[in-house]
Amino acid sequence: MRRTPLFDVHRELGAKLIDFGGWEMPVQYEGILEEHRAVRERVGLFDVSHMGELEVTGGGALAALQKLTPNDVSKLDDGGIQYSSFLTERGTFVDDLLVYRRAADSYLLVVNASNTAKDFAWARAHVGGAAMVADRSSAYGLIAVQGPASARLLARLCEPDPSDLPYYGFRTARVLGVPMLVSRTGYTGEDGFELYLPPEAAPRVFRGLLDAGRPEGVAPCGLGARDTLRLEAKMALYGNDIDETVTPWEADLGWTVRMNKGDFTGRDALARQKAQGVPRRLVGFEMVDRGIARHGYAAMSEKGPGLVTSGTHSPTLGKPIGLALLPAGVPVGEAFAVDIRGRSARARVVETPFYRRKKEAPA
Amino acid sequence: MNPENLHYTQSHEWVRIDGDIGTIGITDHAQKELGEIVYLELPEAGHVFNADEEFGTVESVKAVSELFSPISGEVLEVNKSAVAEPGIVNDDPFGDGWLVRIKLSTDEEVGKLMNAEQYAEYVKSEEK
Repeated sequence: MRRTPLFDVHRELGAKLIDFGGWEMPVQYEGILEEHRAVRERVGLFDVSHMGELEVTGGGALAALQKLTPNDVSKLDDGGIQYSSFLTERGTFVDDLLVYRRAADSYLLVVNASNTAKDFAWARAHVGGAAMVADRSSAYGLIAVQGPASARLLARLCEPDPSDLPYYGFRTARVLGVPMLVSRTGYTGEDGFELYLPPEAAPRVFRGLLDAGRPEGVAPCGLGARDTLRLEAKMALYGNDIDETVTPWEADLGWTVRMNKGDFTGRDALARQKAQGVPRRLVGFEMVDRGIARHGYAAMSEKGPGLVTSGTHSPTLGKPIGLALLPAGVPVGEAFAVDIRGRSARARVVETPFYRRKKEAPA
Repeated sequence: MNPENLHYTQSHEWVRIDGDIGTIGITDHAQKELGEIVYLELPEAGHVFNADEEFGTVESVKAVSELFSPISGEVLEVNKSAVAEPGIVNDDPFGDGWLVRIKLSTDEEVGKLMNAEQYAEYVKSEEK
């Protein structure tokens, strides 16, 4: 199995390690519920160094990315970040990703670990000679600092103070003296930052953040809490909620698609699906009957069959929640059935996200 | 540690025999592997099952796991406190976190189960 630069730190901290798509990763340290709470109330640290980083550079980089992704890359300024994707010709997800604009001719794409090789091949095949594509994943460790106290913690350790970074903005900075890229992004639904740093510096910075974050009650957090946090915030997980069978319209990610920006891979299929009517939608649900409806369980609504794509116990709400692809037109409030290992249990469509953080009152 | 007075299965349940009554739960090793338990599905009183038959499920945030009965019998009582607050199973798997009490159909099955020492070795061999 592959290991991140923080593997020894996880072992020291007593993490429970699992095989996550070929990576030996911490699923939890003290426990998922406690780690979840730490991020919602204080601050948590995640090792997400397994994520992939692709560089797209050269005079043709912008034009290449406009073709390769459905969001409008021309809207980005230097230091700006955009949530987007690679789509197949059928308009379905090759992957979802973040686009960082470092300069007009230099972009960093952050992709899912298990898709890095596929995405790199996809980008190379579709970019042609106008831009350079490089897989730089091994050049980056990645630490996510997430939670309401994350800005206060980093204000002491990061130069310049990242508190004034806008959401989805980034810049180069030094944390504990280590030069790195700091972005105000995350996958938890809380305020937070992600630190892209040299792998060899990752253990020192991770330990340094744990030390310095004691007053804030910082906790190391594993992939288990990352999953419950992202699901409460209704952030899609590739391989669960989206994949090469699902389009952005279906996944409720239409806001990442700019049909009027010019041609891009998948655009024709998306235009067709929009004209014909989107057959199904990713909706949030909670359980009416007891039980947790999990990924892959069959659903049956009055409008026809569907599929649970994600499901868990929500630590914040204290009840089971999930996402399901249901036939279009099943309204909020309507009940549908889920097959929980042979038992039919009722669920109900609800508004999403399940959890929305309170904006801090101005000081 | 695994109490000496219990009998253990390879699927990580335990049973304590008091006369013709069996009390069933999951082991400390099982609760540790599962992580924080958030949901228990248990049979109703009167339900009859055989040894090795599935009689319920235990779910943590991350995973779902079937419960297999160590022994045949009829359910007398379900631990309602554990159903209401499944965290009890994590906190005290061999005590307050018991799951069901059954009336044994036979006293001939207990001998097939592992004792504490055998179970500890079994867990060790499984981890290799």
